[in-house]
Amino acid sequence: MRSPDLLRHAWTVASKDLLVEFRSRTGILSAAVFVVLVLMVFNFGRDPTAVSNVVLVPSILWVTFTFAAILALNRAFQLELENQALDGLLLAPIGRGSIYLGKLVANLLFVATVEVIGVPLVALFFNVEVWSHIGPLGGIIALATIGFVAIGTLFSAMTVRTRFAELLLPAVLLPFMILPLAWATLATTSVFAGRPLSEMAGWLKMLAGYDMVFVVLSLLLFPATVNE
Amino acid sequence: MLRAEGLKHRFGAVRALDDVSFSVQPGQTLAVFGPNGAGKTTLLKVLAGLIQPQRGRAHVEGGRRVIGWIGHQPQLYGQLTVRENLRFWASLYDVSPPGDLLARLGLDDHADRPVRALSRGLVQRVAIARALVHDPTVLLLDEPFTGLDRVAAEALRRLLGDVMKQGGASVLVTHNVEEGTELATDVAFMRAGRFVHFAPRAGRGPEQVAEEYRNAIA
Repeated sequence: MRSPDLLRHAWTVASKDLLVEFRSRTGILSAAVFVVLVLMVFNFGRDPTAVSNVVLVPSILWVTFTFAAILALNRAFQLELENQALDGLLLAPIGRGSIYLGKLVANLLFVATVEVIGVPLVALFFNVEVWSHIGPLGGIIALATIGFVAIGTLFSAMTVRTRFAELLLPAVLLPFMILPLAWATLATTSVFAGRPLSEMAGWLKMLAGYDMVFVVLSLLLFPATVNE
Repeated sequence: MLRAEGLKHRFGAVRALDDVSFSVQPGQTLAVFGPNGAGKTTLLKVLAGLIQPQRGRAHVEGGRRVIGWIGHQPQLYGQLTVRENLRFWASLYDVSPPGDLLARLGLDDHADRPVRALSRGLVQRVAIARALVHDPTVLLLDEPFTGLDRVAAEALRRLLGDVMKQGGASVLVTHNVEEGTELATDVAFMRAGRFVHFAPRAGRGPEQVAEEYRNAIA
């Protein structure tokens, strides 16, 4: 399949997913409410005199984003099973890669929306300066999100036909998220501490490498996960 | 136009397909009758390329692009309107939905309603429209009359007749002999993954086919 066709069909799949989400709004609303509640729990559950916010907030931020993303990823292929639309997608004369890329783009936009809601709330609840670091912070969030959503989209396709998909997805996905989350948390800590960008360049390069490896790997493995 | 050669497939200990071979030529409709679990849906999925058989091969002239699938699940998105669903599926085939498709299935008045707001019968009509949106020449039909009212069933028969007249071919699987026989040019009975009968219909009516089916399957 030619690249323009691959990308065009991927966008067709992604825009359909986004339209379905826009119509129902259940996924984005539940993820947004989840983010608010988790941040509130962390806010009231911490001792502000024990650990400074600059040290604590990066971990809270990434724990929140991780579980909100899992909510999104769980529903990515669920939608296709409702009326066996997945069979229709697989029967259509489009590459399996288009389906994967379409789902990846829709999931990225979904998770990005949740993150856009989450970052100002973190600033509000934990009184950390976000706006002066928004460039580097945005870069870290984007790099980390691409990696774990790429692998999460693959695992979502793998687990969706199983009986306990909602439990199985986090169980298989979280081990793969440890590295990017660790790098993202370290880089975010550096940002909030006002360290120079050169200090976090290593983490960013590793995140970018992780993204490249897992996007390509997931693209290659996806056809095998959806074939019966 | 459509050929199956020595198809074998198992799901664990269950033999879904056991050395199934046949071919369907343009203008032919093969009706495959069998009880639940006989392997009918697996056969269709293998023909469609949705399942890779463990042995043998299936070939459809023109590949996936020419296949239209009508199953008992509509393969539609409930939150999208009828028109949006058809537009989405058509775009995957790089075509636009035929202008008269909605009218032919009596869906004109429902085009801008979300699919989840439609009755079961209307949803099944939309599913038929979805399957025909790219003008397929090979139709694979899995219990296509499930949930259809009489008017819609008649519309489906007419549409299938049109496809056959234009040189198309179809394979229809069902456990309901009465509803499938009239459309068929050829009839097969399937039991435990095997064809136990395969012959041209040759003027046999639903009652005669039903009796032969009962004798073959019993």
